Formats: sequence, C-alpha cells, structure tokens
Amino acid sequence: MSETKNVTITVDGKQIVAPAGTLLIEACKAVGIEVPSFCYYPGLSLQAACRMCLVRIEKMPKLQTACTVQITDGMVVTTTSDEVRQARKSMIELLLGNHPLDCPVCDAGGECELQDMTFKYGAAESRYMEGKLHKEEQQWSPVVFFDRPRCILCYRCVRVCGEGMDVWALGVQNRASGSVIAPNQDDHLQCEECGMCIDICPVGALTSGAYRYKTRPWEMKHVGTVCTHCGDGCKTTLGVRRSDTGMDIVRGDNRDKSGINGDFLCIKGRYAFDFFDHPSRLRAPLVRKHGKLVPATWEEAIERISARLKEVRDTKGGHAIGVIGSNRTTNEENYLLQKFTRIVLRSNNIDHRRTADFASFARALAGKQDATATMRDVASAPAILLIGNDPTEQHPLLAWNIRTNVRLNRAKLFVANSGDIKLRRQAAAFLQIPEGREGKFVAFLNGDDSAAGALTSAAVSNDSLKTLRDELRAQQDLVIIFGSELRGADIAAVVKFGTGIGARFICLGDYANSRGAADMGLYPDLLPGYTALTGSNKFSDEWGALPPERGLSAAEMLQAAQQGRLVALLAVGTSSGDDLAVELVDGAAAVADSLTFFQDRIAQEGFLSTGPHSWSQVVLPAASAYEKSGTFTNTCGDLQLLKKAGDIAGVKSEFEILVRLAERLGADVRKLVPFGGGVHADMGQSRGAQSGEADRHGVWLAANNLEPRLSPFDPMAILDEIQRLVPGYEFSRLGLVSGSEQHVVSVEKSNAGPGNELVQIMPANDSLFTSGALGSYSRILNSVIENRRAQPVDTEVMAD
Amino acid sequence: MAQLVSHPDEVRVVSQRFGKGAADIERHLELDGYKAVRKALEMQPDQIINEVKTSNLRGRGGAGFPTGMKWSFVPKDAGKPKYILVNGDESEPGTCKDRLILEHDPHSVIEGVMIAGLAVGAKVGYIYIRGEYRYLVDITRQALADAYAKGFLGKNIFGSGKDFDVYWHTGAGAYEVGEESALMESLEGKRGIPRIRPPFPAVVGLWGGPTVINNVESIAAIPHIILMGGQKFADLGPPKNGGTRLFCLSGHINNPGVYELPLGYPLKKLIYDVGGGIPNGRKLKAVVPGGSSTFVLTAAEAEQMNMDFDSFSKRGEFLGSGGVVMVDDQTCMVKFALRIMKFYQHESCGWCIPCREGTDWLKKTLTRFHNGGGLKKDIDNIKYLAQNMLGRTFCPLGDAAAIPTMSIVDKWRDEFEAHLEGRACPFEPESSIKELPVLA
Amino acid sequence: MAISEKLDQFFDAKMKEYPTRRSFLVPMLLYTQDELGYLTDEAVAHIAKKTDLTELEVRNVISYYSMLHTRPMGKYHVQVCTNISCMLRGGEELLDRCRHHLGIGHKQVTPDGAFSLEEVECIGACSWAPAVQVNYTFHENLTPDAMEIVLERYKKLP
Ligand SMILES: Cc1cc2nc3c(=O)[nH]c(=O)nc-3n(C[C@H](O)[C@H](O)[C@H](O)COP(=O)(O)O)c2cc1C
Ligand code: SF4
Ligand code: FES
Repeated sequence: MSETKNVTITVDGKQIVAPAGTLLIEACKAVGIEVPSFCYYPGLSLQAACRMCLVRIEKMPKLQTACTVQITDGMVVTTTSDEVRQARKSMIELLLGNHPLDCPVCDAGGECELQDMTFKYGAAESRYMEGKLHKEEQQWSPVVFFDRPRCILCYRCVRVCGEGMDVWALGVQNRASGSVIAPNQDDHLQCEECGMCIDICPVGALTSGAYRYKTRPWEMKHVGTVCTHCGDGCKTTLGVRRSDTGMDIVRGDNRDKSGINGDFLCIKGRYAFDFFDHPSRLRAPLVRKHGKLVPATWEEAIERISARLKEVRDTKGGHAIGVIGSNRTTNEENYLLQKFTRIVLRSNNIDHRRTADFASFARALAGKQDATATMRDVASAPAILLIGNDPTEQHPLLAWNIRTNVRLNRAKLFVANSGDIKLRRQAAAFLQIPEGREGKFVAFLNGDDSAAGALTSAAVSNDSLKTLRDELRAQQDLVIIFGSELRGADIAAVVKFGTGIGARFICLGDYANSRGAADMGLYPDLLPGYTALTGSNKFSDEWGALPPERGLSAAEMLQAAQQGRLVALLAVGTSSGDDLAVELVDGAAAVADSLTFFQDRIAQEGFLSTGPHSWSQVVLPAASAYEKSGTFTNTCGDLQLLKKAGDIAGVKSEFEILVRLAERLGADVRKLVPFGGGVHADMGQSRGAQSGEADRHGVWLAANNLEPRLSPFDPMAILDEIQRLVPGYEFSRLGLVSGSEQHVVSVEKSNAGPGNELVQIMPANDSLFTSGALGSYSRILNSVIENRRAQPVDTEVMAD
Repeated sequence: MAQLVSHPDEVRVVSQRFGKGAADIERHLELDGYKAVRKALEMQPDQIINEVKTSNLRGRGGAGFPTGMKWSFVPKDAGKPKYILVNGDESEPGTCKDRLILEHDPHSVIEGVMIAGLAVGAKVGYIYIRGEYRYLVDITRQALADAYAKGFLGKNIFGSGKDFDVYWHTGAGAYEVGEESALMESLEGKRGIPRIRPPFPAVVGLWGGPTVINNVESIAAIPHIILMGGQKFADLGPPKNGGTRLFCLSGHINNPGVYELPLGYPLKKLIYDVGGGIPNGRKLKAVVPGGSSTFVLTAAEAEQMNMDFDSFSKRGEFLGSGGVVMVDDQTCMVKFALRIMKFYQHESCGWCIPCREGTDWLKKTLTRFHNGGGLKKDIDNIKYLAQNMLGRTFCPLGDAAAIPTMSIVDKWRDEFEAHLEGRACPFEPESSIKELPVLA
Repeated sequence: MAISEKLDQFFDAKMKEYPTRRSFLVPMLLYTQDELGYLTDEAVAHIAKKTDLTELEVRNVISYYSMLHTRPMGKYHVQVCTNISCMLRGGEELLDRCRHHLGIGHKQVTPDGAFSLEEVECIGACSWAPAVQVNYTFHENLTPDAMEIVLERYKKLP
C-alpha cells in the first residue's frame, strides 16, 4: 500500500492534521468538531443526500458536503457561520414539513437523530401548513415494521442491507416526494432478518417486532454483554427493565458499537434473548419422587445431588461418575466444573459436546508464536482462505467481517467448500470440491499432487487447482479459517501449509463458548490450556495429586453407563450446548438409549418443568448467559466479559450451584475458589444492571465471617486462578474489565502431549435462525422460521 | 414531422441540412456528409481539440461549458475504455431543438461522435434519446445501420485501421436523466440518480471510464467546425461565444419555431422580428430566456438582453438551453410559477432533502396560493424556501426549481399580493377556490 | 404475459453493446411495455433474470421512470402536455376536452381499455404547442376541437 501523506487543514480556525484524502467530516470528528449528518455512515457508500453536512470551503463557489469532500493541503473550512447554520436549519425544517411528529408514541423517541438534530440545529417555528402525508404502518416480516411517513430517506437501511449484508432486500422506489423504501417481496421482506436496517435507522421508521411499543428508551438500563448463541462472540447490549420476577430483557442491540462486532449483530444476537421468559422456563428445582419429577426447594435438590455423588464417590470411586460440560457456560464455570470433577469427585470423566477439534488444533500449533487470528483480523487481513463451513449461516459476524474486508479493503478471499456457499460472491477464487474432500484439498496444498484427482470436477480443473495453490503460496499475512470438516491429522496438515507461508489460523467451533469449554479443559485427557494429564504441571502443583488415569469421553461414558460401570452423571446444560439446567442423571438403564443424549431431548428438559424425564433424578434451573457474569472465549480465542443483564427469580448460575455442591461434598471451598488469595477483585464491573448477585455474595460472606470483597460465588475469583494457571490466558485484566476483548493464545501455549484418538466431533449445523435447543425457545426465531415456511422463496439474490 | 420555419437573419450551420432529406445517408453524403470525420482522421487528437477550442463552442445543453476544454480534461492514458455520450434527453421545458437535429440530420450527430472519439481516444459512443422521442430512435437506428453498412462505423473505419462503434439508447420518461451524471446512471440501467462529483465524467464516467458528455446540438456542430475551421465558427458570434445556436420560440409569440441565429443576437429582435411579436394585440410581460430553469425576465429586461452566455452570466443569470418562452400580459404569474414548480416537483429524483421536500412544499404552497388560500407570510415563505434550496441540492435540479421561482416572486410580487386573502386570481377569476386554509 | 422471442433476441443483441448486463435495462423495459401493454410480473421476472438483477432492483428502476407502467394502460395512451409552452397555448383546455370526451381523468383507463389519459410534462414540442402524444405519435398545434377529431380518428382505428 502506498503511504498517504498528512496534510493540514484549518476548520473554524483550528488546525487539523490528517492523511490526505480523509473525508472532511471524519477529519472534523477526529478533533471534536461535529458536522451533523443523516445519510453519511462510515463504511457505507457515500450519498450526499441529506445535505446536513454542508460547510463553507474557501475558494469553492457553493457550500460543500463534508461527507464527500476529501481534504487537501491548505483547505480552509467554516462550519459555524450563519450561512452554514441556516443551511442546517432549513434542512431540518424541510424534513419536519412531512414528518409526522408522533414522537410521544414513536419507538425512537428519545433516541432519534432527527429529534436530536432538531434540538441542536433546528427550527423553532413551523412554516409548513399543508397536510402531512399519512400512511399506515406496514409489517414487513416478524422482525421488521415500517412507518413510511417517519422515513427521512437517508438510505442507510438500503445500504447496510445490500452493501453490508449482501442481502439487497431493500430498495428505493418511485421518485421525488413519492420516493419510498421498499421491501423485496412486494409487501414483505424475504431476508436474513438481521435487524441491521432497524438498528441503523436514525428515526423510528423501521422498528422491530421484538421491541415496538414495549417501553420508552429512558425506562431501560443498558448492559453490554456477549451473545449466547454462536461462537463468534458479538457484543450485544441488552436493555433491561425491572419486573415482578426480577429483571426483564426488553431489547437487544449494539448501540455503542464498541464490541468486536462493531456495527454488526445478526437476528440471534439482536432478538433471540427472548427465550429468557419462555413459559416453560424452569424456575424451581425438580426432584424425582415416586418416579415423577416434582418441584422442590433448592436446599432439597442440592442435598439430593450431593448425597448421591458423595455416596458413589466414596463407595465406587470417582470413575463411576461422569460429568458433561456445556458450550454455553462461562470459562469460570467450565474451569470450576473440571476442577470440581477432578479434585472433588476425583474423576477425569469429563467431556463436552465437541463442535470442533480444538485439541488437535492445539497440538498442531503448540509452540508457535502468534499463530491464531482474532475476529478483528478477519476484517483487516489482506487475504483469507476459508475451508469448509458456511459462515453466512453459522458464523454471521465472521461472514460480515469477511465481506466488509473484501468491500472496503479489497481483501482477497479464497473459498474451498463442498457447498455453493454465499460467500463465494465475495471470493476472488471459489473452489467447489466434493463433500468430505476438504482434507484432500489440504493435502494438495501441501504439495501432494495426487490429491488433485479427488478434487477435480467439471467446474474445477487441475490447472485451476494449481493456480489457486500458487496464488495462496504467494499470499502474505493470509488468515486460514476452517470448519469442523477438518479434524485430527487434517488440521496438522493445514497448519503445516499455513505455517510455511506465515499464515494465522481460526478453527471454527459452534456455540458461544465452545472454544472456552475446550480451553478450560472439559476433556477426559486434557487439563485446562490443553495440558497433558500426565507429567508435572501447574495444576497438580497447586491442587495436589489428580486422578492419574485418562477419563472417559462422552461416548465412552454412555457405554460405561450401559455396562453399569458409570452410575452417576452430572450434565451441565446439555451437550447440545444449552446451559439452562444442571442435571443429575442416575442409573444405567436410564441412559441405555441415550445417543439422543447429544440432541435436543435433555435440552428441552431444561425448560419443561413437567415433561417426562426418563432418567433425570434432579433438575436444577440454571441461569442463562444473560443472567450472569463471567467470560467467554470466542472461536478465534478472543476473551470477553459477560455482564449480568436479566434476572429470573428462582434460577442460579452454575457457578453458584457448583460451589454449593462442592461444599456439601466436603470440599474446601476456599481452595476450590481461591477468593481470599485473589488479587483482582471484581468491583462490580461485571454485574451489569444487577445488584441481586452481589447481595447473595454479601449474605454468604456475612454468614461465613469473611471479608466483604470477593466471595466463592464470584466468578472473578476463579478468573484469577485461570489467569495464573492456564497457559495462554495471561491477558490484561484491566483491558477485559474496560470492555475490550483479549486474545488468548492457549493453543499456541498448549502442551497436550501425544494423543490422537479419533474423537467424536459434532458440529451444530445451526442456521441463521436456529441455535441448538436454546433457539427453539425463542419466539422471534420461531416466528421467522414459521414465516419462511409459509412463504418459501428462493432467498439468494444477486449483488447489484 | 415538426414544422420548419425560416427567417432571413438566420445563419444556418447546424440546421443547414434541415428539410433536405439528409436523414438518408446518400442524400447526406451529397451534402458534404462524413467529410469532416475523414478530415479528422488525418488530424492529431490535439489538433482536433484545438480546433474545437478555437471555435469557442460552448455546451448547448444549457450550462455553456466550453466543449474543447471539456474534451481536454479526458486523461490520455486511462487504463479503462473511454466513451462519448450524446445527451439527447431534451426535456427542459421550452426546448425542442435536438429533436429537429435528430429528425433532419442524424448523421451529423453520428459524425460528431466519431470526431469527439478521435479527439479523446474513445472507440465507443452512445446516443441517448429520451423515451418519448421514439420516432427519433427509429431514425437514428436506421442512420446507424446505414453508416455501418457503408463501413463508416465498425472495424477499420474509412480504411483508417481504426475501429469505432456508435450505439443508440433510449430513456423512459425522466427529466433528471438529462443531468449528465444521472444520464450515465440511466445508461447503465439504473435509476436516474446523479453521481457525487468529483470525480467528473471526463475522468470517471460510464462504467468507470473517462466519458465525454455533450448535448446533441454541441455534437452536431462539431463536423461543421472541423470543415469550416474553428475560427470561422467562432467569428459567427461575439468573443468567447462561438457560432450559432438553435433558439426555440414558444409561448405567446406569433411565429413560434426553431431558428438558428448567431450567439449574441438581441432578444428584442428575436421576439419582435424573428418571432413576429406577441399575438392578439397583447403586450409582453415576461420572457423565459432559455428553458424553465433560467431566471425569468421582465419585458423591459428582455429588451436589453443579447442572447449569448456572457451577457447573461454578467448579471449572474443563465442563457440556458435555447428554449425562449414568451408570456403575455394576460397571464397569471402565480400560476406560471406554480406550473413550473409542478414540473420540478414531478421530476425531482427525490434523492436529496432540499430538492425532494422543497419542490413538494413549494408546489403545495403555490397551489394553495393560486387557489386563493394564500397568506401574506406565504410570499416570503416561498422565497425563503427557494433560497434555501439554491446551491444546496445534490444536483442543479434544485437550483433550476429555485431560480425561476425566486425571480417571479421578486419581479411580480404584486400579482402574489393580488391573490391574498381569498381573492380570486385576477386572470382566471372562475378557477379560484375562495377558501382560507385551516391553520394548524 | 411473456415477451416474444423476436423481442428477446433483439434484447440479446443490444445487450452485447454494453460492458454490463444491466445497461440496456431501461430500453428493455420500455420495449417490453410496448409489446405487452404494461410490465407484467412475468416480464419483470424475465428481465430480472436476463440482467442478473433482483426483481426488487428492476422494480426500483421501473418506478423511477414515468413512462413505465406496471398496470395496463389504454391501447391508446393519450399524453397531454400542460407544461409552460403548451399551457400558454391552451394545453389545459386540451386536457379538459380529453377528460370530457373520454370520460376519464389523469392516469385512468376507459372501461373498454381503448384509451388512457395522462397529463404529462414537456414532451419537446414547445414550438408546436399545444401538443399531445398518443402512444409515440405527436399531434401538434392542436385546438380542443382538433383534439376531439384526433381522438375520434383513433377510436375508428381497427
Ligand atoms: C436537471 C438537468 C437536466 C438537464 N437536461 C439536459 C438535457 O435534457 N439535455 C442536455 O443536453 N443537457 C441537459 N442538462 C445539462 C447536462 O447536465 C450537461 O451539462 C450537458 O449535457 C453537457 O453537454 P454540453 O456541454 O454539450 O451542453 C441538464 C442538466 C440538469 C441539471
Ligand atoms: S427507513 Fe430509516 S434508515 Fe431507511 S431511509 Fe428511511 S430513515 Fe433512513
Ligand atoms: S451527511 Fe453529507 S449529505 Fe448527508
């Protein structure tokens, strides 16, 4: 890239130095001079339509739009003269002429850019006396509502949908004052329902079915936390409001754009928080009595579980107990879970639903430096190779970053996939290979020409393969992203290829904290940080001797249960990724048919208080990720802080549950959660809108005569230990708490030792509108799925 | 089809073949057709551009930008194909001259495109004709087919080793598409929304390639300039205003029609000699000098004006497109202003706030005003609105709407006042609704 | 209703004259309308496919241009100019006469589908005002009576 030189301009007498070619509006913003705008939106194409940003530039005949003028040396600009003020004022007057001014009932009231601009720059008197245009509000989809008269035609929605999402579902129709934003299917939308158009609308013209008329913006508190759905880790800001049963979540958006996702959120991150108050949400523990699960107190339930676990441990040994962790619980919970399993239950029988082969990834990258890419890197890397997966459906943020990078930075995207995935439209080269041949493709990249035969087809010639390989070899700073199609030796092979050209990697796993689950050691043969069980390590140094033998994998646990070797199972959430129930499962007969174990069945039990639980003895209602604090590690290894947003009476976090169980099992809680010895107290940063959790800590601390600083229920206490002991998790705590993501290098620092048994990898295969079992409890996701079933249309559209 | 007229003062350059059947290629050749392009093939590109610069030809589309200079902005090495685009969208109210050129002498346009192409290094030209002019599309298609058949177009034109293609294109009803960047959008198959400038079309135009956009009349003058020499063309008009132009007389005039006269021709003579004065013994009240986008002149002002670009720009006004519309003293200027605004309101592309909302608001206010619902503050409001559009819209259409409005309010304020407070329109008493609006 | 093969081939040939597939879109829409009377859903879908555009994008374009219609117009579409040059010479009277004679208003169609009426902006006949276009044919220097005769002549056409 050629160096751009800095130039100096003068704005309102102030000197500004910025790179030549910077847009004037951005140069002004950088030094705190606000130039108002509606249509200008960073990263989207320039429109110069709203004319709010008109400024006077010396030597130019007319007022100029600061949103399109690129600065040149010596430019002298005025943004505060009467002339400029009058121009702004008149634009507002013109807009208000046809604007309904139904602010008191408008969803955007209080958050409306037109209101703000009117206040700042606008008109006190109205010159307009003609009748206003009136049109009924239209519902375009379960998510999107459109109120035409409120629209100011800034075209942000059209651009974010087309340029940003590559969906092109919104258009502009008619002309002159008849101009109107139109949906792609006559009177409704067929789209990805991401809600980006709603979020970006400066006024209340586009509103969401999930939020409309629910509340006034100022009645909410806003908690920025991490989305609980896919593995990308978008920041979502939840608007919460007190209710009878705690704290309700009424809205999701990304209002401060400060997360790794910037402007982006998909439908799930934005709207699929609405499982939280699903009618079948479990709000009290269930205990099996006379063959039936009936509501019980927490005390009774905890007692039942701990008594049973204690009995099995003390009579049969820890190896008769199995533990299944979750992909949607926090790092702190996962870490605690495996620690609890290993030192309290004295078992290595711990696993989780593995949606990607992170263990092999760690083995392949062990000892390498700076070998993993961050989610942000995907938006700036000059070149990307994507093998397998369909990020548009499964990793929406990743897909957005790829598209943005291609669009704004002309990054080169190379895609090898067995499907006709949508990202091929951004690809410089798209190679459609037969299903299951991803490994062959990697072998070919590594120079094995004999693999070409398995890849060629009518569309893919030997030559095109070679050209692609040559081109890839020549790439600098390539980021290689691969899906769960690559496992075991194939991962080692792709790492070999990439390392040769200095590439960095991203291994795609599916749920919100699947990478965290792997990093935190939810493995029968690996301690946190992919540390081999055998040999000396920091964990055994600190915790004391660990059960020496490798534990059972999830599949093996089932087998053992059938054979009567395993008699108790503690399943956190379910292995399909739900984190809403901690279950004690007892009895071999009960698990006999349970390959569905990994499917939705248990998940649903998390919600169903009365459903038939063939083998759960106790079901505990757990808090969802939106109802607790902690950290998640996204699929790239970006660690982020979760803040508690919602609160549901009757549920408890897994963290608290585990601490209570451990205490009943006679463990030294101070050792399990070294809250006294920790250095980093949580000063409340992670508690979001809540104080309830802090209250609980307070009660416990007082009861135990402890210092009111950290409690064993505070996940931050164990984060201290994670930082201390887990290789690669030596991040800046200050950075984390202040809201920026921290890239962890656990895979690079891993020490997993040999071990390459073929493990079961079970990708989620979620679509944009599903999210394991959890998704099926989201009203908005269900209505979108329903709606699409009712109006099947070929969804893929061509780009402009 | 359209009827031709003549006057002894006329100097026929562009219109020299009108009425002579020159749409037929054989007839055209008899009348010196395609001689200029043969001559241009022998010239260096810079020579052609210089000849056009010398001719002082200024854009006949309305803006009056020097054509030679425009051509010289095209980069020599662009790395992308260059294009010539002929603007035949002719939609400016009062203007109907390009129509005659394409009807009577389509080959002069084709030849002009080729010369322009040779000058700037383009190999492809498009002639964009407004959708309503279907019969001209058909004439142009035939002319192009004939030129291809003769080997004047296509590969190796005139055996020169050079290739050149000219294609026809048509619109489908949109004044705004006459604006050059919107014209390109339309030619690319899009809505006629103008583009952000810079970059200017000469640098980044059609499909990203440098593009010369000229009005039909400007392009049709090119072959004549090459044949007669730039200086001779320049000498026909006053300094810096080379040549002749087609003036379209319309409205309240005895001899409406399209006349080719030297630039600088006195407007008074144009009205009373060439046009034969105002019919029905009435008096002249107002003149629209060059299409509805120009400042409207009072009769007294009109008598002082010469029809060249600089005489107008000296006053901060515009000569415009050649559409001269005479308005007699029995016409209501409020209604006239309203009709003009109705046009711009209908034709605004709707892209930017001031034009979309401003034209709509002005139309509504003027409608109410003309119907007798006007209030005193409306008069100032109308002016205020127009002033706030002027110079602030995305493209000059907003200016085009503001300019006539402001000049009418300024010059005929008394007629606005005569409509106040429910009084009937003094010119059309029966058409007014005597009802005051309900104030919000 | 779909367009004829001949027209489709004509489009294919014209599309080759441009570097992008969508460039010929506007003329294509107009010629399609000429053949079908209006832009049918089927035609829109066909053209969208041909030009690699979404139907939405094609409709965005259609709705911009005032000559393009997505509903049937009369067999004879009478377009009366009332812009300044025509207005000054009686364009509005022509429009009035058409209204009365045809019994329809602006953008309406006679029940038999023979005529539709539209008040249009300047059609480039200013020096021959007042003028009317019936489909693509210009009728100039009209008076209300002459207008009526013109309409009658169309009525009698087969
Ligand atoms: C709203 C608007 C409408 C225009 N319409 C036309 C037109 O119909 N024909 C035309 O030649 N130029 C028209 N122009 C001027 C063109 O933008 C452009 O200046 C012209 O085609 C350049 O050619 P010339 O330099 O030969 O005049 C219009 C400009 C504007 C702002
Ligand atoms: S709907 Fe909203 S975002 Fe879209 S153009 Fe209108 S105001 Fe802008
Ligand atoms: S921000 Fe510049 S015109 Fe809208």
